[in-house]
Amino acid sequence: MNLKPETLERIEAVIPKYPVKRSAVLPLLHYMQADQGYISQEAMEWIAGKLEIEPINVYELVTFYPFFRQKPRARRLVRVCRTLSCALSGSYKLCETLQKELDCTLGNPTADGEVEIEFAECLASCGTGPVVMVDDDFYDNVDETKAAAIVAKIKSESGKGAAEPVSED
Amino acid sequence: MIPAEQRVILKYLDEPGYTNDIECYIRHGGYEMLRKAFTMNPEEICHEVELSALRGRGGAGFPAGMKWKFLDRKSGKPIYLICNADESEPGTFKDRQIIHKDPHQLIEGMMIAAYATGTKLAFIYIREEFPQGANILEKAIEEAQASNFVGSNILGSGYSCDIIVHRGAGAYICGEETGLIESLEGKRPYPRIKPPYFPAVLGLYQCPTIVNNVETLCNIKHIIEIGGEDYSHIGVPGATGTRIWCVSGHVLKPGYYEFAGGAITLGELIYEVCGGMRPGRRLKAVIPGGSSAKILRADERYEGHLRDGTAFDWGIDDIPLDFDSFMAVGTMSGSAGVIVMDDTVDMVQALANLNAFYAHESCGQCTPCREGSLWMKKVSTRMCNGKARAEDVDLLASISKQIEGRTICAFGEACSWPTQSFVSKFKEEFAAKASETRSSTDNNGNRLI
Ligand SMILES: Cc1cc2nc3c(=O)[nH]c(=O)nc-3n(C[C@H](O)[C@H](O)[C@H](O)COP(=O)(O)O)c2cc1C
Ligand code: SF4
Ligand code: FES
Repeated sequence: MNLKPETLERIEAVIPKYPVKRSAVLPLLHYMQADQGYISQEAMEWIAGKLEIEPINVYELVTFYPFFRQKPRARRLVRVCRTLSCALSGSYKLCETLQKELDCTLGNPTADGEVEIEFAECLASCGTGPVVMVDDDFYDNVDETKAAAIVAKIKSESGKGAAEPVSED
Repeated sequence: MIPAEQRVILKYLDEPGYTNDIECYIRHGGYEMLRKAFTMNPEEICHEVELSALRGRGGAGFPAGMKWKFLDRKSGKPIYLICNADESEPGTFKDRQIIHKDPHQLIEGMMIAAYATGTKLAFIYIREEFPQGANILEKAIEEAQASNFVGSNILGSGYSCDIIVHRGAGAYICGEETGLIESLEGKRPYPRIKPPYFPAVLGLYQCPTIVNNVETLCNIKHIIEIGGEDYSHIGVPGATGTRIWCVSGHVLKPGYYEFAGGAITLGELIYEVCGGMRPGRRLKAVIPGGSSAKILRADERYEGHLRDGTAFDWGIDDIPLDFDSFMAVGTMSGSAGVIVMDDTVDMVQALANLNAFYAHESCGQCTPCREGSLWMKKVSTRMCNGKARAEDVDLLASISKQIEGRTICAFGEACSWPTQSFVSKFKEEFAAKASETRSSTDNNGNRLI
């Protein structure tokens, strides 16, 4: 496994925190996905070895939890909340707008592999819907103006490392 | 007049200049209650919590003091405390505010609870979708460790306890406490069957474990501050203390509002606190306690008897905001997520929206839940797509009655109650939809599915 030194550091630091090693499997999967972009077969085997469990014990988590991916994904992940309160405030329309502006369809990355949009279930900010996450950044009350700003920002960062979130005002 | 909020948990967090670092928290009297707790013995604290009659804020409303009493302290095994910060019930958004804006209040409440329960190690299980929240908590815990409020020999008391922040990975079922425990053990979050797996006896690593919601744990601090007896006089019997109500959907001022138990009615919350409906719109329905709570129809009257025998005859606006009143009208206050819908909403589409959530989130262990949630989604969705069959209304009702009581965890009830209640309360709308042959997903210009 070719992991960044800081990933290895985080892994070594987190395991001894838990009374039982196996409990560290979710944090390890998180660090692994942050490092590699997805969870490969090799990564699952590596984690299993590290925590002294069977690879199947890791695999069954990767297939269960929606957040983990077994294939490389687009560089940017846009999540649009579709659950009732956000839907009542227009999240389905917002999702269509984002697909059009970013030139991709739900669940299918852009041709250049840059952006992917998916629906999320309730993101626990229902009073300020529609709600969107771009990677780890959170946006609420996403009206047309805000949506345009998010799109412009994603486009401007295309090919570069992730930068600061769009300002809230 | 707009009823004034009674902000206890939310007291500072939206004040201009209030920040989530430890200096600010301490300037506002932070960690004084932890100091006070160490002048008491753990049994005294548990007794105060029992006197307070505090009920859990995560959804089930179980009395916190009683849960702590069930803790098996004689097993000789370590005791664990878990803060449930999974906040995933649609319509609920209060824990997010506390975590992001006032993390030390949670940590202080947790450490008091940890000391009172004899906890060896505490966890905060936080959903993956709160990445900043997890960072804020990590930083706050570091600050608290540096000030000796968390860690070893806390404030010279001889008591030691650390907190681990554990991130989920996008599954709603991790909010169910035994699913959460499995997840924390590094396994698939398949809920465990109760009995025998009551967490207080056989929880994390088969050790006695307390699982409490974020808001519940924050309340512990305030119980220590004023004492359990005085706390129990805030609100009404059966709903003591304050509660944070999360209002979303079709009101002019959605948001989170804190009131003493039973202090105001649903009508006051919607029309006065939240500014009422949009111009020209009428209230159609309310889901009062997170998406799993049964829906209330605006033009219905609710009659019956409360637990203490008093008769009631209420319109939707008259229902007091407390645990027992919502039970009495056939629903629940659940996680206090109030979803308001006006007369533009197509009820079949709204149900199809929620059913998609439940079909996505069933863990799949129990056949009635796994298959039933999927069927309810398919049937309600095809009704919106103009592909309904004549029997679909009855079919929906029938599926929804074959799940509850036949599953390992309460998700079975949670996924059936929306369909049960939507179909029975809005039967005419479902029947009309079942005879439509064209697709109607526009919902007055705003799609819901
Ligand atoms: C399907 C399901 C999802 C749940 N999700 C949550 C949640 O996100 N947050 C929470 O605090 N409780 C949730 N609960 C309730 C927990 O199982 C548990 O009762 C609660 O965390 C106990 O804390 P409390 O007594 O302080 O309320 C959920 C229950 C079920 C059945
Ligand atoms: S009721 Fe549903 S969510 Fe709960 S254990 Fe059974 S299948 Fe899983
Ligand atoms: S419904 Fe979108 S945040 Fe809750």
